Amino acid sequence: MKYSYYPGCSLEATGVEYNLSTRAVAGALGMELVELPGWTCCGSSSAHAINRDLALGLAAHNIALAQEQGRDLVVPCSACYTRLSRADYQMRHDAGERVRAERLAGFSYTGQVRIYSFLEIVKDRVGYAEVTRAVRRPLAGLKVACYYGCLLVRPPEVRPFDRAEDPASLDELAAALGAEPVPWCYKTTCCGAGLSLTRPEVVGKLVARILSAAREAGAGALVTACPLCQNNLEMRRPADEDIPVFYFTELMGVALGLGEASGWLKKHLVDPFPLLHRLSLAG
Amino acid sequence: MATATLYLPAGKVTVDAAFREEVARLSGQPLELCFQCQKCASGCYPTREGDYTPNEIMRLIQYGAREAVLKSRTIWLCTSCETCGLRCPNGIRMAEVMDTLKQMAVARGIVPDGEISPLFHNLFLNEIRSTGRVQETMLMLKYRLKTGGLLADAKLGWQLFRRGKLPLVPRLKKDPAVRRIFELAGGRG
Repeated sequence: MKYSYYPGCSLEATGVEYNLSTRAVAGALGMELVELPGWTCCGSSSAHAINRDLALGLAAHNIALAQEQGRDLVVPCSACYTRLSRADYQMRHDAGERVRAERLAGFSYTGQVRIYSFLEIVKDRVGYAEVTRAVRRPLAGLKVACYYGCLLVRPPEVRPFDRAEDPASLDELAAALGAEPVPWCYKTTCCGAGLSLTRPEVVGKLVARILSAAREAGAGALVTACPLCQNNLEMRRPADEDIPVFYFTELMGVALGLGEASGWLKKHLVDPFPLLHRLSLAG
Repeated sequence: MATATLYLPAGKVTVDAAFREEVARLSGQPLELCFQCQKCASGCYPTREGDYTPNEIMRLIQYGAREAVLKSRTIWLCTSCETCGLRCPNGIRMAEVMDTLKQMAVARGIVPDGEISPLFHNLFLNEIRSTGRVQETMLMLKYRLKTGGLLADAKLGWQLFRRGKLPLVPRLKKDPAVRRIFELAGGRG
């Protein structure tokens, strides 16, 4: 399968290991991801907080670029995914919004390009049974709290691939890799990443609550699909907390036996190697 | 439109029915349906640090308390996580309402004392406007320079830099398509 690929700004900096691991895992599963030529920022939280025309126009511009390529668009970052898929939903279901977006982005919307999170592709296009078949090193003994964050599964009409309350797609993937997902209550509770720079004292409380809930549930690590969550959970953790936070693509890389996985994991602020060594999953 | 004064637990507020209609129109949300069940507030952690809960903001909008709402700290604590909208039994998307309130406050130049989110958002949009993308390294540096806190998070910044997560290769290319969107949108930045 060949897709257009939208990395987004974070995956070129603080989320670089998500970018590397997504590309590697896609390749290992026989997908071809072609970076969308000339992609620009989706607008992120700042556009929709300040100006709704900017929020729609910046996202629609990237959908216009994807339309030129004629392939479905894969977006690993949950924040970019939410902005792009929401703009697509608006254009698809509301003629007034479509006209507005077409004027702002200077294109004619065809609706032929579909937008997917990478997790959705792995779940629905590849299939978890196929993922399990590709596993070389089952993640035996690894207990994970799957952290979906706020943007991956909401709002529900734009996210048909999983439940908005108590989602399961990451848990099922973790199980397909041989890990043990633990049940817990904070799967979709916001970590406050959008306030990480402006209100760190507020965010610290949100992060501490999520990490301690993961501990209480018996998890040795968290798994996420969002670069903002991953960074925020590491950066704003309490001083005495060192629970690792993995991207799901990194755990896939480890389980598929990809040699470059250790290079991604070295980029974490919280060293995940002690945990992986203890379970004989590294080296 | 007539205005009046109400004495609420939140203090003395001037009410103006036109405000409710304006928020309803811009957000596209059925504000009149809110019956104060407080499901939005019970799922909202960030606004616990604010001056009002989401349902209180909704009630103040229904009263038409323009100043109290647009000067509220709560609206800037909303992360648009959409928990409230998902759980609202009346289908009100509170995150859309919060966005509308932020947009209205910014358009009128109303910012609560000490609130730096609008500044951050404008720096962020400036980055997009200049090159089409946000370079996180530049954004963080500019934000620290503007807020006078270069040393805050300096250790974190160094840890990220050392791991190759804050690249210093600047992107200089302008993106005319993005400039055009900013012009059409009348956007700041």
